[in-house]
Amino acid sequence: MIQVKELSKFFGKKAVVDNVSVTIETGKITSFIGPNGAGKSTLLSMVSRLLNADTGEVLLDTNDIRRIKSDDFAKRVSILKQSNFMNVRLTIRELVSFGRYPYSKGRLSEEDIKFVDQALDYMNLTDMQDQFLDELSGGQRQRAFIAMVIAQDTDYVLLDEPLNNLDMKHSVQIMKILRKLVDELGKTVIIVLHDINFASVYSDRIVALKDGRVIKEGPTNDIINSDALKQIYDMDIPVQEQNGCRICVYFNSH
Amino acid sequence: MRLWILIVAAVILSSISLFLGATNITPTDLLDFSSDEAEIFYISRIPRLVAIILAGMGMSIAGLIMQSLSRNKFVSPTTAGTLDAAKLGILISMLFFAGASYTQQIIFSFAFALIGTLVFMQILNRIKFKDAIFIPLIGIMYGNILSSITVFFAYENDLLQNIDAWLMGDFSLIIKGRYELLYVSIPVLIIAYIYANRFTVAGMGEDFAKNLGVRYKFVLNLGLVLVALISTTVVLTVGVIPFLGLIVPNLVSIFKGDNLAKTLPHTAVLGVVFLLACDIIGRVIIYPYEIPINLTVGVIGSAIFLIMLFRGRAYAK
Amino acid sequence: MRNSTKIIILAVLALIFVGLYAFYDIKGGFSYAFPRRLIKILAMSVTGVAIAYSTVVFQTITHNRILTPSVMGLDSMYMVVQTFIYFFLGSTSILVMNKYLNFSISIIAMVLFALILYRTLFRADKYPIYFLLLVGMILGTLLGSATTFLQVLIDPNEYLNLQSKMFASFSKVNADLLWIGLAILIVAFIYGFRIMSQLDVMSLGRENAINLGVNYDKLVMNVLVLSSVLIATSTALVGPITFFGLIVANLSYQFLTTYKHSVLILGASLISIIALVGGQFIIEHVFELSTTLSVIINFVGGIYFIYLLLRESRSAG
Repeated sequence: MIQVKELSKFFGKKAVVDNVSVTIETGKITSFIGPNGAGKSTLLSMVSRLLNADTGEVLLDTNDIRRIKSDDFAKRVSILKQSNFMNVRLTIRELVSFGRYPYSKGRLSEEDIKFVDQALDYMNLTDMQDQFLDELSGGQRQRAFIAMVIAQDTDYVLLDEPLNNLDMKHSVQIMKILRKLVDELGKTVIIVLHDINFASVYSDRIVALKDGRVIKEGPTNDIINSDALKQIYDMDIPVQEQNGCRICVYFNSH
Repeated sequence: MRLWILIVAAVILSSISLFLGATNITPTDLLDFSSDEAEIFYISRIPRLVAIILAGMGMSIAGLIMQSLSRNKFVSPTTAGTLDAAKLGILISMLFFAGASYTQQIIFSFAFALIGTLVFMQILNRIKFKDAIFIPLIGIMYGNILSSITVFFAYENDLLQNIDAWLMGDFSLIIKGRYELLYVSIPVLIIAYIYANRFTVAGMGEDFAKNLGVRYKFVLNLGLVLVALISTTVVLTVGVIPFLGLIVPNLVSIFKGDNLAKTLPHTAVLGVVFLLACDIIGRVIIYPYEIPINLTVGVIGSAIFLIMLFRGRAYAK
Repeated sequence: MRNSTKIIILAVLALIFVGLYAFYDIKGGFSYAFPRRLIKILAMSVTGVAIAYSTVVFQTITHNRILTPSVMGLDSMYMVVQTFIYFFLGSTSILVMNKYLNFSISIIAMVLFALILYRTLFRADKYPIYFLLLVGMILGTLLGSATTFLQVLIDPNEYLNLQSKMFASFSKVNADLLWIGLAILIVAFIYGFRIMSQLDVMSLGRENAINLGVNYDKLVMNVLVLSSVLIATSTALVGPITFFGLIVANLSYQFLTTYKHSVLILGASLISIIALVGGQFIIEHVFELSTTLSVIINFVGGIYFIYLLLRESRSAG
């Protein structure tokens, strides 16, 4: 279980994340939603140790994450950010093999290789594993990075806007894979999402942030209704039910 | 930044410059034309002051012209290879003609400065990525390459000492008979003033200039010729003075904007003030010895340029 | 061609040049000339490997392939520290007389400088790469001018000689520090073996590296110290060679297409030895030039640098 306790982050004098407390339930997909600048990515970065919090703490089970050794932490929690700019030219397989670094320190054992094969297979990348990343489309590259995270085999998988720059088909593909990670492999996924409908359709729980604070939190159905959405986005958003999914029709609301 | 304040500053600094030196000269000494003091004054002090004024105006204006033509704040004789090309020209003239005459040096140096700058402008035209920072980077590297060619041939022909002397911008060697070439900058400055508006227009681009009836190619080439002329005369008489053409126009543009006709007088006078101040500092610090001007300007100029770089980013964002 | 084959080819080439340099045209007093040549070969190898190693690891932690410790002014810092000590404590000071003490002080100062540079410039990806590059170059100019400035203050008549007296160059290798330099290099490599795989992960970028369990801040700190020590070593041995690291590191990236630092560093080191020992051999024995290798490296490095800049800018814009 991940517990965020009274966490704050200041950029200059402005609190980007303001005294946030949240508990992440295991075995579920939790989405962070909210308007731009709400502090979603900053919160995720602090949970994943990419960024140090100014005050407050994050507990993994019962331990403060700052006290956990880097490589032990990397075996429990993985994070995938939106920008993956690299100087080096890697093949898909090389990238995915890096996912085993916390275990192998660069020398892959038989077991590591098995994990890499499985991850490639899981993401349908086995056939193209020797292609270079810079030759791939955005969706393929995103899948390769997710495969790396799968090979890392952590209980918690954190993703920061993984659907950015992806078309509809690939977005759906990625979300289905994340669902499978939770349902089949028992992982816990935390994801920052821009598109409220992807959050509604695929996540179990939603944490809504606004101006650095948690404004709503709970099971998806408690959040995806016009009342709650009005508080989060300052918009009147009608919610329609389609094949058991709640869809927010925000395109012509005001 | 008012023009008259700058002029007053220039006058004050000029008088300090005239009466500063190993030989103590008082204004009353000058009344006696036959005294040693008066002789030093007329042979050394006045030529030195005139040289500083002309070089200061010239280099600043040269930088200003280059910046308007390239529409890049960081292009100047220092950052476009002009000074290095001029130096290479002097070396080549010394190689081809044993004990090259002054005229030969002038011609070669001018030709190289002109060609060197033209080549850089050509490179600029080919670069699609016109980042304000990227262009001077290429220019500095281009200057480094030219300079390493100079050093190479200097090594092979035992001319390194001479070249080192050219490298060192130094006003202490300026005496009567050794600086008059700098007077070339006077007509150059006048032409620059007359053409100021056209340089601004040409900087807006070829299409824009033609639309306003400005002969783009002619104005562009005229600008480069003027820059090469100034650079050559300064390098030949004083030596290399780095950064002057870079920072002075930029300082003026922070206060006065980029209309050449309006900023040209300020730029010229501020160039004089800046160079005079540096020269006086260099003469005072280890009195009665002197620190060569290019060192003083190099330290102060590069520090100011660094500050400008960081501040520029601050207000660009 | 496999990377192991490429490494073998490089190693053979390096051996050939080392052999040629050691034995070619060795006339008369073999026992006199041979040890001297060996010392020179060793000095060039230690320098080359130190520069190659420090440049590759520095570029990995700063996530780029254009900035190098030398381009950011680290070797100019060495000169500044030396001149400072000389200036404030005089030539008879223990810090000048005792080479080891002097060397240690320089290393400490350079490490501090590198840390400040990193904290103000590289942290948080605040500045674009070309901006950092220009800042680095101007900083180098500033430190260089400041060094000469101090030297003029020390001795206004002899400062040009002071420069060559105080600092090593290819023609005047500082052999006293050779053994300590070699020892530093060996220690650096022993340490390097422990961080090679972390550096590999580092090339995936900061966020991925932290995700995979690399203690990012600690590694960055260690690598900064490592590069500073290595650059201090090479600068103390043969003086500054600004663009050398850039050339060998990038040649290594191009020739050995891999992310593995063990291979990249080995490759860059061998290329360094080939370039320095081979280059020196060709200059001394084939063309019989009197120029120094640094001049040639500056020339080639400048051209290569512009090529790299233009290539990078095309992919950026």
